Amino acid sequence: MESVELIYKAVYILVIFGITLLIATYSTYAERKVAAFIQDRVGPNRAGPFGLMQPLADAGKMFFKEEFIPAKSNRMLFIIGPGIAMIVACMSSAVIPFGDMLIIGGREIYLQAIEVNIGMLYIFGVVSLGVYGLMIGGWASNNKFSLLGAIRAASQNISYELAMGMSIIAILMMTGSLSLREIAEQQAGFNWNIWYQPLGFIIFLTCSFAETNRTPFDLPECETELIGGYHTEYSSMKLGLYLFAEYINIFVASAVMATLYFGAYNFPFMENLREAFSDPVVGNNVVTLIGVAVMFAKIFFFIFFFMWVRWTLPRFRYDQLMKLGWQILIPLAILNILLTGGGILLFD
Amino acid sequence: MESLSNRSKKLEKKEMTWAEKAYLPAIAQGLGITLKHFFRKKATIQYPEQTRERSSVWRGLHVLKRDENGAERCTACGLCAVACPAEAITMTAGERVKGEEHLYREEKYAVTYEVNMLRCIFCGLCEEACPKAAIFLQDDKLAPARYERDEFIYGKDRLVEPLKTTETK
Repeated sequence: MESVELIYKAVYILVIFGITLLIATYSTYAERKVAAFIQDRVGPNRAGPFGLMQPLADAGKMFFKEEFIPAKSNRMLFIIGPGIAMIVACMSSAVIPFGDMLIIGGREIYLQAIEVNIGMLYIFGVVSLGVYGLMIGGWASNNKFSLLGAIRAASQNISYELAMGMSIIAILMMTGSLSLREIAEQQAGFNWNIWYQPLGFIIFLTCSFAETNRTPFDLPECETELIGGYHTEYSSMKLGLYLFAEYINIFVASAVMATLYFGAYNFPFMENLREAFSDPVVGNNVVTLIGVAVMFAKIFFFIFFFMWVRWTLPRFRYDQLMKLGWQILIPLAILNILLTGGGILLFD
Repeated sequence: MESLSNRSKKLEKKEMTWAEKAYLPAIAQGLGITLKHFFRKKATIQYPEQTRERSSVWRGLHVLKRDENGAERCTACGLCAVACPAEAITMTAGERVKGEEHLYREEKYAVTYEVNMLRCIFCGLCEEACPKAAIFLQDDKLAPARYERDEFIYGKDRLVEPLKTTETK
């Protein structure tokens, strides 16, 4: 690879990393605001205009809190746990195409950190590693509640990954590719996958709620039963990292949903807009930049949706969760695969 | 058993319809409700900047009134302390000496007058008991929260109505 390319990649990865962290930081703020608004309250509004400095204050608080490690815990694993959760959460945004291609000085620049032809598998692999952070942390705490939370997290993630994987298979059958860039390119204009895969999308959406441990499936940390679940014994920034990793996971899940089902950076009439410019380079760049904005708008909508659902639905009981995963979502996913297969046979 | 009022509603547990079992329409309905609340006017009153509107008969912080010449009305008769169901009021009486006529309206006055705001139940019986119309509960002031217990014992320095600064009219 040439050095220019390398520098560009390094800068781009840093930018994506920064955006990921920024969005995760402000997701905490957004969560509190959305919660407040849905409950007819105002939410944090004292730190800075509209309370915008609140996440900084919270992070500062986290850093200055007492760092407590239980005496009988496995010290090393206790420290590694939140680290794994955080690193794994940050890794998964690498393959997401946040935009199409920019042309600068005759060079084609793709707005994607790494293009791998198994991008979807990469995300799946990395996201399922995330549960190790929870498992290790919960086990190392040497606390019954933590252990219960960790076990719940593990069994929940395994159960829902199955249905999630199968809902992706239907997408694969349509697109014939695991590369996220190709999946995005195939949905040009308004040709989004959601029009062909509504059932698959609902399955995927439900599973991503379970994968990110969000209400109604937030049993690993459900405070009414398990105090704090896997992070009961955690304090200070270690707790902060767990909470942060959850928000990064939400961001990634939203990005994946937008990419797989809602056309990634594509928007209606983009081709007409591209042709409206006499210079194809300018046209391409304008469309790409609007595309990036569209992509982030979709991501933000899904992040909002995660929060919206959190303050709407009550938590599932554990047996209900398992029943939904194994007896409803997996058969539905298989049905969806069959339907997709039949559709391809009939129309192609 | 026969119902007494005949108003109780007979409930029967019906089998859920397919749409109810699918759960998704119910979720959509719930999301609609929360979204409606999202845009609704907020119930919050931003306290230090805004205060809730109070009724004109609201009983708040006590005030010891002065008469039209600026002399204290209280004669330390102790009827308010007797009337007080929470025993929040204490006072010591003193005799007015010559030259203090502009300060105290009658020969006897309260040297100290203390209301313990932690005991006070803001019932307003002191106000009713007072024969000199000296003590009132204000409708626009509250006894605010404090860090120390003894700060809740309000002495004359905080109870007596401040002197009206030299009449401008």
